[in-house]
Amino acid sequence: MDIEKFIVEFADQYDEIETDGFGPDTKFKENEEWSSMTALSVIAMVDDSYSVRLTGDDVRKSSTIQEVYDIVASRINS
Amino acid sequence: MDNPFSLENKTILVTGASSGIGRQIAISTAGMGASLYISGRNTERLNETLQLLPRAGHTHNTADLTNESELDVLVDASPNLDGLVLSSGIVQTLPFKFASHLALDNMMQANFYAPVLLLNKLLRKKKLNKGCSVVFISSIAGNFTGTKGNSMYSASKGAINAMQKVIAVELAAQKIRVNNVSPAMVKTGMLDNATVFSTEQIEQDEKNYPLGYGEPLDVANGVIYLLSDASKWVTGISLILDGGFTIQ
Repeated sequence: MDIEKFIVEFADQYDEIETDGFGPDTKFKENEEWSSMTALSVIAMVDDSYSVRLTGDDVRKSSTIQEVYDIVASRINS
Repeated sequence: MDNPFSLENKTILVTGASSGIGRQIAISTAGMGASLYISGRNTERLNETLQLLPRAGHTHNTADLTNESELDVLVDASPNLDGLVLSSGIVQTLPFKFASHLALDNMMQANFYAPVLLLNKLLRKKKLNKGCSVVFISSIAGNFTGTKGNSMYSASKGAINAMQKVIAVELAAQKIRVNNVSPAMVKTGMLDNATVFSTEQIEQDEKNYPLGYGEPLDVANGVIYLLSDASKWVTGISLILDGGFTIQ
């Protein structure tokens, strides 16, 4: 798994805000666009790209993209 | 007076009986006196349901209803029926943007093709007695509400309600009634597994229900009404079971 690629895929779930500055430490909920739909989109993207089933609670307890990445990475390897 | 909701002397097929709403429907209808023929995908859990049924004499058949040959076996082994409850189904929450041909196929196979084709095959084999009651387990989704992430599921349930209108008028001459219950959110294992929503989101969602989320028993009791002679003048309806959710 590659964090740079993951950030691009993650940022792709936003349609309104500028995501060029997104990085591992970006707090992905702290913007105007984040909503329950973005959360569903992130979960669907992770399932599509990594065949990992994230839960709503996984997303809820994460605040940075790195944290979500770490959850996905841990489940790919397990 | 006789209990108008009695299911004594009725033989009823319940699909999706290995868990959740289907299992409760099997238990409740057997409790009202019906002889059951139950079907589900998981043999072990289907056997558990069989053990939970009041009284003896019930039969079961493990089948994946999306598999045409298993569907045929289920139909051939079926006794003649006074009731049919089409309770098998799946849930998948996905933003519409992520819908795909494959995901839509899987949803429509499980939630629309399987129940409709089972009914079709039972009719061809003349397994439905005069006065038989058919009950689809539909949903408020796609029929009365639209919820984010629910497009494919809603399409499958909307298709059921649309087709039901025609089946109901076509079968009325045989006094076969065709109805559905359309529940809102019901607390089942499916909800526990629908983990794309956080615990907090689910708790918040339940606050939108004047009477809270439903239980499988609430659905089963509605199904008993539609199976029983108490509803002999009722066909083509959607019985909304939603704790007041769609009032608002």
